[in-house]
Amino acid sequence: METSPSISAIEKEIIGDFSMFETWEEKYEYIIDLGKKLAPLNETFKTDDYKIKGCQSSVWINSFEKDGRVFFEGDSDAVIVKGLVSLMIHVLSGHTPQEIIDAPLGFIDEVGLSSHLAQTRSNGLRAMIKQMKLDATAFKLKG
Amino acid sequence: MASTLPYDVQSIRSEFPILQRKVKGKSLVYFDNAATAQKPKQVIDAITHYYSHYNANIHRGLHTLADEATAAFEASRAAVQAFIGAKQHEEIIFTKGTTESINLVSNAWGNVFLEAGDEIIISSLEHHANIVPWQMIAERKGAVIRVIPIDADGRLDMEAYKKMLSSKTKMVSVVHASNALGVINPIEQIIQLAHQHGALALVDGAQSAVHLDIDVQSLDCDFFVFSGHKTYGPTGVGILYGKRHILESMQPYQGGGEMIKEVSFEKSTYNELPFKFEAGTPNIADVIALQFGIDFISRIGKAAIRQHEAELLAYASSKLRLVEGLKIRGDVEEKVSVVSFTIEGVHPQDLAILLDNQGIAVRTGHHCAQPLMNCLGVVGTTRASFAAYNTIEEIDILIEALNKSLKMLK
Repeated sequence: METSPSISAIEKEIIGDFSMFETWEEKYEYIIDLGKKLAPLNETFKTDDYKIKGCQSSVWINSFEKDGRVFFEGDSDAVIVKGLVSLMIHVLSGHTPQEIIDAPLGFIDEVGLSSHLAQTRSNGLRAMIKQMKLDATAFKLKG
Repeated sequence: MASTLPYDVQSIRSEFPILQRKVKGKSLVYFDNAATAQKPKQVIDAITHYYSHYNANIHRGLHTLADEATAAFEASRAAVQAFIGAKQHEEIIFTKGTTESINLVSNAWGNVFLEAGDEIIISSLEHHANIVPWQMIAERKGAVIRVIPIDADGRLDMEAYKKMLSSKTKMVSVVHASNALGVINPIEQIIQLAHQHGALALVDGAQSAVHLDIDVQSLDCDFFVFSGHKTYGPTGVGILYGKRHILESMQPYQGGGEMIKEVSFEKSTYNELPFKFEAGTPNIADVIALQFGIDFISRIGKAAIRQHEAELLAYASSKLRLVEGLKIRGDVEEKVSVVSFTIEGVHPQDLAILLDNQGIAVRTGHHCAQPLMNCLGVVGTTRASFAAYNTIEEIDILIEALNKSLKMLK
């Protein structure tokens, strides 16, 4: 079985990708593209139960466990946010609950997306990460 | 005295230090004035001057600093009185904002006068600050909230309002100009009809006070509330105007210093207006600075600013209408300088992020008016709101940035 790269390896890869962008336009076009390409979330998960509170747009995240690893899928009605969902899924999906809980996610600062972490009513990245880590904690407790 | 000179927007801009700022490497274009206006140097200096020269607690001390601070504080009360045409300065109560002003009325008036089955009328255009305080008191008292519906452009259904009024109506609390759409309501008529049915009328002037000529005596409203920070003044200062006899019939809102006459452990008697409603040490520095925000408006002239803003609004609206799939929400004649819009297939949050990267500040989302967004059937809008210092060139920058953003999102 192929071993999947660690969270920190994926973070490094993203930092590498973003370092090639010279302008903010390129960076956001990339995120928008990620958003457009994100695999669709089954409509049955687009309910309040799966909705992340604290976002100006609607964000839904579903998680499930397979062979001791947690997988995420999600969607948003705003395409940049959907790109951020895609990025977070790429980083966190397919790892053990403990790895997800421990992930420092320093790449967000390094690639200049930390403005999306601001504690305002409009930015949901922080809420998104919190929910994904909570889901991982729940799977860990279930053991 | 209002100036008769031609409108010199560059000279006005030079009074606002923040307008020199760069955002993301670009000159700031600030179109979020309906959320809060920027502050002229006079206002900023007044705060520094107070703390540097005469910081003291007011209304109590018998020393020079306290006298100066008290005089400056009361000068702001006089400035507000003149600004809205109140009969007496005792009718002007300082609060921390429009929200607190409404909460003060809903509590201090509602506790005394509301009974089970009484009705409070608000409108579909209200900001949460003019919904939730009434819901809270209605729940405690068993009163009922009724909501005036709107048409697709955000105009109030006045026929529905007339039918809603009855002897059960005790309070009509309606926004003068919608924060989310800019639509101006026929407030005189709303107040008159309320009075015909023996109800009181509260006007939420948060968006109107800075733009429209306000004369609370000719409006005949029982309460008028607004915030200092939207009138080029500091944050943390709000105004509650109330007719004297009504304010006198109300309970105090909070207990503490300043609002008392005599205190014993058995019973306290309350101070006279306006101090009865100003418990504790107020926000002295910001209240003092408020008069300089008002002074800025008077110096340029409300009518001159209004004309300038109307030109900006007309220009922006005409340019926005050319954008494919764009719909202006609240596209009516009678508006303050707010243009709120949606674009088919585009989420307002995406737009805000891309505009911010181009140095443009607009507001997106539900504008603290979720019930209104539900009425309009949208998740939110993008709102550009204009002030005395904005320019036609800035609108061109917005339109260019908007088109660029849409291209990126397509």
